Amino acid sequence: MKARNRELLALVPVAVLLSAGFAAVFIVRSEEIGDLSLIYGAYFLALCLAVHVFLRIRLPYADPYLFPLCALLAAIGLVVIFRIDEDLARDQANWFLLGLVVFAATIVFLRDYQVLERYRYLIATSGILLLLAPRVIGTETRGAYLTIELGFVSFQTNEIAKLCIVVFLASYLAERREMLSVAARRVAGLTIPPLKHFGPLLAVWGTAMFTLALLNDLGPALLLFGAFLALLYVATNRFSYVFAGVALFALGALALADRFGHVRERFDIWLDPFNPDAPAGAYQIQQSLFAQAEGGLFGTGLGESLLRLPGPFFPSECNAYPDCGSIVPAPHTDLAYSVLTAELGLFGASALILVYALIAARGFKTAVMAPDGFSKLLAAGLTTVFTLQAFVIIGGVVGVIPLTGITLPFVSYGGSSVVANMILLALLLMISDRARRPPGEGGVAPDPADLEPLEAR
Amino acid sequence: MNRPIVHIFAFSLLLFGLLVAWTSRWTVFEASELEANNLNRRGLIAEQQIRRGSITTVDGVLVAESEPRGGRGGEDPVYVRTYPQGELFGNPVGYNFVNVGRTGIESSENDLLVGEENEFQSLVDQLRGVTQEGADVTLTIDAEAQRVATESLQAAISVPDTGAAAVAIEPDTGAVRAMVSVPGFDSNLVQDPAEFKRLSGAEGPSPLVNRAAQSTYPPGSTMKVVTAAAGLDSGEIEPATVLNADSPKQISGVPLQNSGGQSFGDIDATTALTNSVNTYWAQVGERLGAETMVEYMERFGFYDDPRLDYPAQQMRASGVYNVDGDLVRGRFDVGRVAIGQGGEEGQILASALQMAQVAGTIANRGVLMEPTLLQEAIDPDGRRIEELDPSEQGRVISEEAADQLAEMMTNVTREGTAAGLSVPGAAEFSGKTGTSEINLEGLNQPWFIGFAPADDPRIAVAVTVERCQGCFGGEVAGPIATELMGLLLQ
Repeated sequence: MKARNRELLALVPVAVLLSAGFAAVFIVRSEEIGDLSLIYGAYFLALCLAVHVFLRIRLPYADPYLFPLCALLAAIGLVVIFRIDEDLARDQANWFLLGLVVFAATIVFLRDYQVLERYRYLIATSGILLLLAPRVIGTETRGAYLTIELGFVSFQTNEIAKLCIVVFLASYLAERREMLSVAARRVAGLTIPPLKHFGPLLAVWGTAMFTLALLNDLGPALLLFGAFLALLYVATNRFSYVFAGVALFALGALALADRFGHVRERFDIWLDPFNPDAPAGAYQIQQSLFAQAEGGLFGTGLGESLLRLPGPFFPSECNAYPDCGSIVPAPHTDLAYSVLTAELGLFGASALILVYALIAARGFKTAVMAPDGFSKLLAAGLTTVFTLQAFVIIGGVVGVIPLTGITLPFVSYGGSSVVANMILLALLLMISDRARRPPGEGGVAPDPADLEPLEAR
Repeated sequence: MNRPIVHIFAFSLLLFGLLVAWTSRWTVFEASELEANNLNRRGLIAEQQIRRGSITTVDGVLVAESEPRGGRGGEDPVYVRTYPQGELFGNPVGYNFVNVGRTGIESSENDLLVGEENEFQSLVDQLRGVTQEGADVTLTIDAEAQRVATESLQAAISVPDTGAAAVAIEPDTGAVRAMVSVPGFDSNLVQDPAEFKRLSGAEGPSPLVNRAAQSTYPPGSTMKVVTAAAGLDSGEIEPATVLNADSPKQISGVPLQNSGGQSFGDIDATTALTNSVNTYWAQVGERLGAETMVEYMERFGFYDDPRLDYPAQQMRASGVYNVDGDLVRGRFDVGRVAIGQGGEEGQILASALQMAQVAGTIANRGVLMEPTLLQEAIDPDGRRIEELDPSEQGRVISEEAADQLAEMMTNVTREGTAAGLSVPGAAEFSGKTGTSEINLEGLNQPWFIGFAPADDPRIAVAVTVERCQGCFGGEVAGPIATELMGLLLQ
C-alpha cells in the first residue's frame, strides 16, 4: 500500500477515538449523548483529511504514521481539556487550526528545509532573543519568566526558541563534525575537541543555557541540554563527549542550585514530596500522585474523577477555573497527564506513552533514512527535543525527575506549544519526504560518507 | 551516523519505560498508601457529595440527617450533617464533618451511611445513572430512656469537671437500649474549630470522651458478681458455702476491712453478697486464684475491647491494670481484685458497658450476647439491608450457676444493700451495688448493676458516677438504674 493510503487509513481510528472520548465526557456531564460529539468527531476528521490531501500533493513520500500519531495526541489532548473545561477546549481547537495553518505555511514557503543551513547564525540569534524576550517584556508565573503578552494572547517564546537552537546545532555540527572529531587532541587520556570549532557551538548553547538560568526554569534548559548532547553524540559518535557533558552539567547544577532558590526548592520537593516541612510547592506533586492513585489500573472513566472542587470547597474568589478551584493544580497544562491517569488508569497512561514512543521511532527512523548529515542531525535533534519534552513533563508529574513547567506536546493546553510542535512536525515530514523519495522522482541517494563511522576513515 | 541514532532511540525507550514503571507505582503498587495519606482529601471531599443516610432511634427520634448546601446553577450540592437532638446524642452518635473527621456511630456505621457498595453494584448503578446514596440507619437506642438517664446522671454529678455513665442492654439480644455519657456535647458545634478544641481539651471534663465505653473505673463491689460467678461455676463455692467473715482479715498479708469495720462471723455466700461483705469475697478470690479469676473475666469480655459495633479507639478493655497502664494477667492481689479494688501491681478497672454486659450475662442464664447498636438499615430503594441479628459471644457460666447467682442478686434488692429500691413494672429485680473509695476524704465512685424483672429479665443496666462526696452505690447509682430499667420495661 502506498504511504499516503496508509496514512489515510490510520486517520479513521483517530477520529473514532475522538468521538468516543467526547461522547464519554458528554454522558457523564449531561447524562445523554448529544450528536455534538459526532459533530466534533466529523469536524476533526475533516480537518485531518484536509491535511492529508495537502500532504498527498506537497509531500507524497513523507512518513505515513507521523501525522496520524500526532493527530491521535491532539485528539487525546482535546478530550482531556474538554473534560476539564469546554471553553478551554474550544480555545485549544482554535490553536490547532492556527497550528495547521502554520504547518502548511512552513511546508509551502520553506519548500527546501536545507536553506535553513545558510541562515544558521540568524536563526541562533533570534532563538536567543526569543528566550530573552519574556525576561524583558514578559510576565512571571510561579517564579519563572516564560510568557510574553501579545495583545490578547500570551505566548511562550521558548517553544519556538528551542526549534531555532536545534536548527543551529544541527547545521553547525553537520559542517564541522569532522573537525570536532578528527582534529581532536588527547591530553592526559581525555579527548579535547579543538576550541576553534567548538567555540561557536559552546557560545550559542551556553548563552541559551545561561538565559534559561536567568529565566529561572529548569524544563527548557533540560530540553536544550539533552538535544545538544544527542546531536553531539550523533555528529561525533563519541560517547565520551556525552559523558563529559553530563558530568559538567551535574557539577554546574549542584553549584547553581544554591544560588537559585527556585531550582533548589524543586529538588527538595522531588526528593521528599510528603515531608511535612516541604515547601508549599509540594502541593502540586502531592495532588498529582493522589490523582494517579485514584486511577488505578483502568481509571475512573472520563469525567468521573474528582477535579473541580464541589460547592463550599470551591474558593469564593475564584472565577478562572481551572487556574483555581481544581483539586489538581494546573490540570490542563502541567498536570494533564495526572488527570488522564486518574480517568483512564495505568492502561490509558501507558497507551499515551506508547504513542510518544512510536513517534520517537518514526522520527529516529527518518533520521536514519535521511540522505545527508544536516538532514540526519536535524531529524534526530527535532525528535530528541519532542521525545525529551514528553519525558521531562511526564517524568516530573510521576516523580522520576523534579517537576518543571513545560507542556506535554500536542496534549496539554497552550497555543505556543501547539504552533511550535506543528512546525517541528512539518520539518520532520519534509525531511522524511526527501529521504523516502525514490531516486527516479528526484530523490537523493544517501551520501556514503555520512553512513561511515568517522574513525573508519 | 546511524549507530548513535539507534542508541538514542534505545535510550528514549528506556526513559519511557521508566515513566510506565513510575506510573504503575502510583496507580497500583503504592495506591493504597497514597489513598490513606492524611494529606489526601480526595475521598473525604468526594464523600461530601453523597447524601448520607439519616440516623434514627428505635422509637423514631431523628438524631442525625444530611442537608444539601450549594447546588446552584447546575453544580452538585454537598451535604452537611445536622444533629437535631443536640447534646443528648453527642455520645454515642459522634459527628461527621469534613474538617474534624468522624467518630462514634457516624464512624462505625460509615459504610452503611454512605452506601458503600461492591464494585459490581456500583458499576450497575453507574450504567443506570443512579448516584450513590447512603442507607438510613435505625439504632437500638431508646431516645426517651436516653433522655431520662441523661437528666438523672446530670443531677447526680456534684463534683465539678467530673462525669457519669450509664448503659442498658437487652440480655437476650445484646441490643444496647441506652448509652449515656455525661457531660454530653452538641455534635453540631464540633465543626467550629474553637469549640472543638475546647471540647477535646485536656482541661475540664472532656465531653468528647464516651465515658460509657472509653472510661474504665474501679468497679467496687459490683465486681463481686464476677467473683461469685467464677466461684459458683468452677464449683469453688455454692450459695450455702460458709466462710468466716470477720473484719479485718489478712488478705495478701495486709488487713482488709469490711464496710464500717463490721464483723459478720460465719456466713454463707448469699448473705455475703446481700450485705456486700468484703472479707468473704476476698477469700473466695484467693481460693480461686489469679489464673481462674482472669479466665472468667476474659469469658465475660474483660481484657479485650467490647465486641460492640463502635470505633475501637473509642472503647477501652476492662481488666487488671498495673501502674504503668498495662493489662496484667497475674501477680496481683487477687483477693482485692475480687472485690473491685487492687494495688500498684494490679487494679481492676471496668467500663460501664462491660459491667452492663456482666449483669446481662447473668440475666441471660450465663450466655453473653454480642452487644450491638444497629437495629436496622434501609437502603434508598427501601430494602432492609441490615437488621438486628442477635449472636452469642459465648457461654460464660452454666445455667445452674447463673440461676443461683441471679437469685442471690435478687436477695440484694430484697433485704441487702439495695433494699428499698424498686423497678416500676417489675415485681422483683436483681442487682448489686458498688462503692469504690477514691480517697480518704470520703470521695467515692458509686456503682449499680442489675437486671429486671427478676423472674424473666428483659433489661440489664450498669450505672456509675465518677466522683461523689460520701455517696454509696445504693443511694446514688441505684435509683438511676431502677428508673432506667422501669422506663425500658414499659
